[in-house]
Amino acid sequence: MREPERKTTPRKGGGGRAVHDIGGLTLGSIDRSEHDLALWEKRTDAMLVLLRDNKRRVLSVDAHRRMIESYGEQEYDRITYYEKWIRAIRNLLVEQNVLTRDEIQARLAEVRGKHEKAGRKAVKAGVPW
Amino acid sequence: MKGAGLRVAKPAPAARFAPGDRVRVAARPALGHCRTPWYLRGKMGVVAAVHGRFRDPELLAYHKPGLPARVLYKVRFKQGDLWVRYLGAAGDQLEADIYEHWLEPAK
Amino acid sequence: MHDPEHHHDEHEHSDEENHGHHHDHGPFQKDHDTGPASAYEVLEEAIRSLLIEKGVVTAQEIAAQVDLMDSRTPALGAKVVARAWVDPVFKRRLLKDTRAALSELGIDIGTLAEFCTVENTPKVHNVIVCTLCSCYPKMLLGIPPAWYKSLAYRSRTVVDPRGVLADFGVELQKDVEVRVHDSTADLRYIVLPMRPKGTRGWTEAELARLVTRDSMIGTAIVVAPSGPAARRRTAR
Repeated sequence: MREPERKTTPRKGGGGRAVHDIGGLTLGSIDRSEHDLALWEKRTDAMLVLLRDNKRRVLSVDAHRRMIESYGEQEYDRITYYEKWIRAIRNLLVEQNVLTRDEIQARLAEVRGKHEKAGRKAVKAGVPW
Repeated sequence: MKGAGLRVAKPAPAARFAPGDRVRVAARPALGHCRTPWYLRGKMGVVAAVHGRFRDPELLAYHKPGLPARVLYKVRFKQGDLWVRYLGAAGDQLEADIYEHWLEPAK
Repeated sequence: MHDPEHHHDEHEHSDEENHGHHHDHGPFQKDHDTGPASAYEVLEEAIRSLLIEKGVVTAQEIAAQVDLMDSRTPALGAKVVARAWVDPVFKRRLLKDTRAALSELGIDIGTLAEFCTVENTPKVHNVIVCTLCSCYPKMLLGIPPAWYKSLAYRSRTVVDPRGVLADFGVELQKDVEVRVHDSTADLRYIVLPMRPKGTRGWTEAELARLVTRDSMIGTAIVVAPSGPAARRRTAR
């Protein structure tokens, strides 16, 4: 399920607090509909667990949170939970010199090409850094 | 990074507060990553439990080891003390896990 | 570049395709979204393939972790609750040291968080939230529901818990304390709901079937259905 598209207006009552620090604001009514995660979302979850583990220790959950907290308010409100996650994982992998921006960009083009060849469209726009 | 079982045994600085102590959450702004919510800053509560010592998330967030470990407390607040017009019942409370360097003794 | 993990639909789909109704069937998980691959889905695939190529992770490790999380469901938490209901000594251990008590039942919660159980009583009703992100006891209850992670739940539960509970159909008397737990650090919270009336003599398995995921978050109360077939009914 995609979270409903939010209007990109600033929050009322935010008062200058950090973008993720939302306890006490009243941000809408609760949508209780349930859905299964997409496979890419489950894999994103899995990658974070593995990258944090004792074998790798490439990143910590704290660094992951810090990266997500760095998104601007409109981005934070607009993109979904695992969209936040995979973007942060990408940024941290570059920050930690595990991957470079160039090789990520190159691989993105290959993945899109692979989808197109298989007859599935892939969005051309990238995920902002 | 955090290992098996997140509590840090050594070094073991003495805990500054004990259950029952009245504490105030520091009112200062956060620098970088912070796990003390804005709605609790400057608020008074009571230590409900001492959770033990954990690596400092504010340092872990920048790939540092997060030592020395910080004592983590469960702090209990009256909802009526947190919100200007709390809509629930007078006895309602809230608990949050707060690191020692965000707590001061309350007068 | 070959990705053996990635099964996707070979047919062309229009952009108007409704992708709100797919379910996972059996072991072969199709990608949920048979419309165009989103930028984030493409990014996940790119990152995963690069990490596998560089030997940081293997495809098997990712698949195993996905399977592990799929295997953790609220039924696991329900078993623990039922055991605590019938065995007061286990319950004391669960409240004192949740990790150790779960380990007695063969449940390994891993190394990424500590767990803490809070008990509902006639005087106190507990509700769990994580206002700062969406911390949740995933290793016991599985992936959290979307509403738990939503801005609405995260923002409102601390300031208007009774309003949120009312949205979930739960109303409590004013003399019952509603106690909200904001999971701000490395502890994950589980609510031990009250055992409902009318269940004397029930087996652990029968009791476990009553326990819902939401009752272990605090947005539901466990009730025992009445009637002759009640003990064999599953939780709604």
